[in-house]
Amino acid sequence: MAKLYSEQKSLNEMQPQEETVKFLLNYSKALSVINYKKMKFEALLN
Amino acid sequence: MQDQLIPDATLVSSYIKGQESALETLIVRHKQKVYSFIYSKVYDKDVAEDIFQDTFIKVINTLKRGAYNEEGKFLPWVMRISHNLVIDYFRKNNRMPKFDNAGEFSIFSVLSDTSLNAEKSIIKEQVESDVRRLVEELPDDQKEVLLMRIYKDMSFKEISDKTGVSINTALGRMRYALINLRKIIEKHNIVLTN
Repeated sequence: MAKLYSEQKSLNEMQPQEETVKFLLNYSKALSVINYKKMKFEALLN
Repeated sequence: MQDQLIPDATLVSSYIKGQESALETLIVRHKQKVYSFIYSKVYDKDVAEDIFQDTFIKVINTLKRGAYNEEGKFLPWVMRISHNLVIDYFRKNNRMPKFDNAGEFSIFSVLSDTSLNAEKSIIKEQVESDVRRLVEELPDDQKEVLLMRIYKDMSFKEISDKTGVSINTALGRMRYALINLRKIIEKHNIVLTN
């Protein structure tokens, strides 16, 4: 059997990039949902 | 360590109440599972990253709108969102399949660049200049007919009118011109192919 020398990351070690997580946190901070009567308005304030 | 002790449900309700740090804890806690799940379906890091991001954007939107009602089942809910987004991704890709050129049929066998590469264009120039030098070696009457026929694309009728000889003479001169060219080429072993 040929041996594979390339390092294979196991699926469990896979993680999203730090930037993606940061983006999500910033997105969450910027998003505000305004309730007006029965309507909901989403506002992204950067 | 303390983060591990707080249940997802508590973090979710803290987040809904406005505690942004609770979301960070939730994402950090589950990012590996969610991302690995997506990657195991799409096998593309960039696509997995995009779907991961879209998943949590949906999570954030839903939580902020107060539309979340699955108490204590945060992770299965997130997984279901990501699963749906993976399905959307494959649906979209099936409708617009990408051409990856990995199959047996190569598009480049049909779409080829017909212009000569550098080496071939140099060879072509050399061959052409060799031919011109060979033509110069021909007797004047043969050379004249050959130039008119080949380079000026004139008919033998036109050649005979222009040179004042009969068509048969022009044909004969053309014939001798070609015979003589072949002789010189054979004698000097000149290769005139590209």
